[in-house]
Amino acid sequence: MSVTVVDARNLLCPLPVIRTQDSIEKLQPGDAVQVLCTDPGVVHDIPAWCRVHGHEVRAIKEREYEIIIEICVG
Amino acid sequence: MPKQAKAVALISGGLDSLLAARVVMEQGVHVEGINFFTGFCVEGHTHAIRKKDRKRPKRNNALWSAEQLGIKLHIVDIIDEYKDVVINPKHGYGSNLNPCLDCKIFMVNKAREWIDANGFDFIITGEVIGQRPMSQRKDTMPVIARDSGAGDRLVRPLCAKNLPASLPETEGWLDRDRLYAFNGRSRKPQMALAKQFGFEDYAQPAGGCCFLTDKQYAVKLTDLWSTRGKREYDLDDIMLLKVGRHLRPRPNFKIIVGREEGENRFLEGYRKRFVHMIPTSHTGPLVLLDGEVSADDIELAARLTARFSQGRDADRVTIEVNPKGSGTHSLDVVPLPTDEIPAGWYL
Repeated sequence: MSVTVVDARNLLCPLPVIRTQDSIEKLQPGDAVQVLCTDPGVVHDIPAWCRVHGHEVRAIKEREYEIIIEICVG
Repeated sequence: MPKQAKAVALISGGLDSLLAARVVMEQGVHVEGINFFTGFCVEGHTHAIRKKDRKRPKRNNALWSAEQLGIKLHIVDIIDEYKDVVINPKHGYGSNLNPCLDCKIFMVNKAREWIDANGFDFIITGEVIGQRPMSQRKDTMPVIARDSGAGDRLVRPLCAKNLPASLPETEGWLDRDRLYAFNGRSRKPQMALAKQFGFEDYAQPAGGCCFLTDKQYAVKLTDLWSTRGKREYDLDDIMLLKVGRHLRPRPNFKIIVGREEGENRFLEGYRKRFVHMIPTSHTGPLVLLDGEVSADDIELAARLTARFSQGRDADRVTIEVNPKGSGTHSLDVVPLPTDEIPAGWYL
């Protein structure tokens, strides 16, 4: 299965959320998305956006200054 | 069975838009939220950049509102289209560079386009007559409805009883008796309604939600326009105005000085675009130079960089200078004494 990668590094919220939203709009339920970020606000904002739109956050991986969020499109 | 009307609510993340959406939802209308990102939204940016705030709980209040309401929230990037609102506001600015009335007209117009494209029936805003001096007055309410093209498809549930009936009321989608007649700057009616709906911990921004209302920010944006000789900007410009100390020692350039590690890290992302420098003999800030600079300008900027480093009291500080492209070199400079930095240099 292919994974759509959204590179939102060096973007501040809500831009990572908008980039994620715009990417997911083109995908189908069950598709996988990986969002690369640096703004720590995404740890709250992307899961919140996923909850109101019915998508599932599968994992949030945090390195020192990089965050990877894995999403399954709902 | 009567049709279920559909509305989009402008959700800012504040209490009024939260309540307005909820009032309409109470009447059985399907509501979704829309939030516009202009690039000037305060919404946690400085918290995200500054390291000392990185552990502070942070949330996007518009998303928080949507969760409280149990509705979808569509966040729309209007950065490029919004430039004309900032640069050429038909109705002028507020106390700083805030084009509040034009901004509201623009956003309602975008919401109108959205409902037309998505088969929704009307638009909800949290406006209250008299709440804000520029955009929420009795005489500006019809201007917003008219100039946005929304007309009677624009509903302000919190003050609807003070206004002519809207389309949803005349169509019977909304019962006017269950809408409100709030008026003026008092927040008490909103707080009482929030309590009635069980909303707690809602956002209460003290300084507004837009950097354009901020005096210091407006000074920096005005400086950017005047030194470039044209009123234009891109997203990087307006983001950088939110970060660091800005000093303009000479008309042809300014420096942006990171104030702590988080800001230095953010500024690092702009190294390829600017001449930049950093102390190497002492701990100190990353500094960007914005403008065309001579060797003499670089020397002055290096002395300023030394002044903002831990070597401010040292005899000499070594500064690594990175021109755009190649040619990295070091300068040993005497930190510029504080009394040789005129207050007028600070933007």
